[in-house]
Amino acid sequence: MTDLLEQTDAQTMPDAASEQAPLIDISGLNVYYGNFHAVGDVSFDIPKNQITALIGPSGCGKSTVLRCINRMNDLIPTARVEGEIIFHEQNILAPGIDPVMVRRRIGMVFQKPNPFPKSIYDNVAWGAKVNGIRKGMDDLVEWCLRSAALWDEVKDKLDQSGLALSGGQQQRLCIARALANNPDVILMDEPCSALDPISTLRIEDLMRELARNYTIAIVTHNMQQAARVSDQTVFFSLGENRMGTLVEASPTRELFTNPRDSRTEDYITGRFG
Amino acid sequence: MSAPFHALPDESLTATGNLPRRQKIASIGRGIFLLATLFAVAALVVLLWYIFQRGWNWLSWGLLTNPPSRRPERAGLSIAISGTLWIISLTLLVAFPMGVAAAIYLEEYAPKNRWTRILQINISNLAGVPSVVYGLLGLGIFVEWLNLGRVVLAGALTMALLSLPVIIIASQEALRAIPWSLREAAYGVGATRWQVTASHVLPAAIPGILTGVILAVSRAIGETAPLLVAGAAGFVTTKPGGFFDSYTTIPIQIYNWMSRPQTEFRDLASAGIIVLLALLISMNLIAIIVRQRFSAKTRW
Ligand SMILES: Nc1ncnc2c1ncn2[C@@H]1O[C@H](COP(=O)(O)OP(=O)(O)O)[C@@H](O)[C@H]1O
Ligand SMILES: [Mg+2]
Repeated sequence: MTDLLEQTDAQTMPDAASEQAPLIDISGLNVYYGNFHAVGDVSFDIPKNQITALIGPSGCGKSTVLRCINRMNDLIPTARVEGEIIFHEQNILAPGIDPVMVRRRIGMVFQKPNPFPKSIYDNVAWGAKVNGIRKGMDDLVEWCLRSAALWDEVKDKLDQSGLALSGGQQQRLCIARALANNPDVILMDEPCSALDPISTLRIEDLMRELARNYTIAIVTHNMQQAARVSDQTVFFSLGENRMGTLVEASPTRELFTNPRDSRTEDYITGRFG
Repeated sequence: MSAPFHALPDESLTATGNLPRRQKIASIGRGIFLLATLFAVAALVVLLWYIFQRGWNWLSWGLLTNPPSRRPERAGLSIAISGTLWIISLTLLVAFPMGVAAAIYLEEYAPKNRWTRILQINISNLAGVPSVVYGLLGLGIFVEWLNLGRVVLAGALTMALLSLPVIIIASQEALRAIPWSLREAAYGVGATRWQVTASHVLPAAIPGILTGVILAVSRAIGETAPLLVAGAAGFVTTKPGGFFDSYTTIPIQIYNWMSRPQTEFRDLASAGIIVLLALLISMNLIAIIVRQRFSAKTRW
């Protein structure tokens, strides 16, 4: 673990993670799938223009929490969400909020790259189109692809299918697609778990780049990744009745060098899960 | 404690122990299955041979272009072909949009609760109802109650009812085969349910849907019983020109010729069957081409 932290330090990281104003403030979040209480009373902040990593053993509710933030759990009929997620002074979970609007402002990148079976161009343009944008599409597509560090590789074949790209390129295409609505926040659910190590590093570099302008929350099962890219780390574990609970949310460096909770220490030193 | 494995008696790799017996059972099984296949194929070959033998000499251009006649050498299918085309186009016009819409509702919109489950079971059961029952339904509702009479519209609506369950189920299966990750991707960029369905799910499901529709319709083309009951005319001499004209169809014409005493008409019926088979085989070919055309483009 100390190796990792030296790597982390070597990078230019904004210091004092906790001093940033939170862009998203999650409090008292409970999620149920039918009768199963999957996530119990989770509260943490996601600071603006930083990368927040969600780590913890498999099945502890990381994806579930992430999906609450842009209301993707609305699509699961059995899911029920309680609590507050404050974003720009509104509760995302409140009844009057339209999930479609939430997802325009909080984009998402999924575990398995899932480009649309359309051209590279349309993959990026579609999200903007459905939200009513018509003009300046070429510029928008180029800008998103450049921001996702994909432009140089695809600029000559924008009309080819997004599915013809390599896995790493597909995932960067999905990131470009998420940028097209100019979101404030990008959620990433294990975005590198289906990728090779080189592609993974490219995505991590890209994330650091994007964090200048966007706020990022990433679920990862890979602790090295959390240590390498994130400013803040949130550690979940399984409590009673397989309910996921938050153990500790700290600046990444602190969590990996000086964990406050013994369960965190067990997990990061590999004595657990 | 030694590992709980049974050692083989020697190093030989030829069949020993109970292996010869197991291999024998395997080859008996192979024989039985081959026999079953051969039996089915043989029955088909005999049937086709019989029909072609009787009908081949009666195949002619006149068979397609002549109206029915009391003299077999002048009798043709033109009125019946026109009737079949009318019935099928109208059936498609009604059953295709309605069936796909119902499938979209059930797969993409409906909550998964007891009521939708009951609905689902009912639709599956309807697909298994004997076609003559649909004929009775059509006779009762369209011909008599709505007082449409024995006309094209009543026949087509009856056939639409008959095809609907099959179209709904095939379309549902096609929609269900679309991976959740595609929907997730589209929702993720701020699309509404309808935008997700119309732009991504439906286009991806179209090959499966079209295949199902074409198969349902080709089944309807071959159906005789429902239209016999719901009012196809036995002897019509003019092609239908609108929804409210009387009509006959190819299978009904074949049925009529079959029930005449003269052998010439029976042979003519065989020729009619060849025409019907050709029509059905080409529809199935279209289904195959459509499926391959579309599915070559998308892979997950
Ligand atoms: N759609 C669902 N329906 C029912 N239970 C679910 C569903 N998704 C996740 N779960 C359950 O919720 C718990 C947390 O899952 P998840 O958020 O995927 O965990 P993680 O991402 O940390 O591995 C698990 O016990 C899982 O089985
Ligand atoms: Mg997960």
